[in-house]
Amino acid sequence: MSRFKKGDTVHVRTDYPQGHARAPYFTRGHQGHIEQITGPYPNAEELAYGRPGAQEPLYRVRFRQQALWPSYQGSPHDTLVADLYEHWLNPGDRS
Amino acid sequence: MSHEDSHKDHAKEHQHSHGHPHPQQPDSEDEPYSHEQVMATALEELLSDKGLIAAGDMSSALDYWASKTPADGARLVARCWTDPAFAQRVGENVNAAAAELDMDIGTTPVVAITNTPDLHNVLVCTLCSCYPIGLLGESPGWYKSRAYRSRVVSEPRVVLAEFGTQISDETEVRVHDSTADLRYIVIPMRPEGTEELSEGELAEIVTRDCMIGTAVAKGLEE
Repeated sequence: MSRFKKGDTVHVRTDYPQGHARAPYFTRGHQGHIEQITGPYPNAEELAYGRPGAQEPLYRVRFRQQALWPSYQGSPHDTLVADLYEHWLNPGDRS
Repeated sequence: MSHEDSHKDHAKEHQHSHGHPHPQQPDSEDEPYSHEQVMATALEELLSDKGLIAAGDMSSALDYWASKTPADGARLVARCWTDPAFAQRVGENVNAAAAELDMDIGTTPVVAITNTPDLHNVLVCTLCSCYPIGLLGESPGWYKSRAYRSRVVSEPRVVLAEFGTQISDETEVRVHDSTADLRYIVIPMRPEGTEELSEGELAEIVTRDCMIGTAVAKGLEE
């Protein structure tokens, strides 16, 4: 069962763990919307160390480029979608 | 003269000194092995010694992946352009739709993202180099470069312009960062003026870069 549903606002954890972290740095601490729910897949951050990896939903999360990059020069319409495992996400502020 | 004779003659010529050194063709063995090469070779030898892989398994696996080319992806796109029902099945499950065309693209789930007049999609893997090899073959060197991976997420329109691709400000540019279990293929828009082309001819105008999103499909006359 997935914790979030399509359209939910989510907040990527502001966290910098050692190891095979699969959330790109530039998404951490930012808010986005759930574009699509996929999986579950075994957590790749665990698989990388030979552990079995708990099954987790994998979300396709859409961000506004202007939110990710304060000096973004492209169109205000532009977006980025990253694939993030559920343990990287918290509920975001309603917006 | 046989090949062996030619070799013998050549060897004979080199037995006498003729006063100047021959330039030697550089070879990969000239440099000491890197840590990664030593570890990869050690791993292959261990797998082989333990009987987990047989001689030739590694080279046949490499041959299998090297046999993949963007032609399969192009065939899939051309079918999407000519068969809306197929395009819908591609939207639901690319791996199953590819099997309908007798393509083996592997088991890693591939997601199709479709360009429209309002949306242009482009692919990257910022964390490593994830790429739909089963549909597009080995990725180009630039796709794995740090420059592409870091710049296409923060200034996609500048990078697209360097590929000769201009996208209107009215059109959303959406970057897809393939960071986990999914791989992507961009379904480009069918260019105008291609109504008369056959499915095979359409496949020829679908380039690898159209399916990464750094280019758009162009008609034959352009």
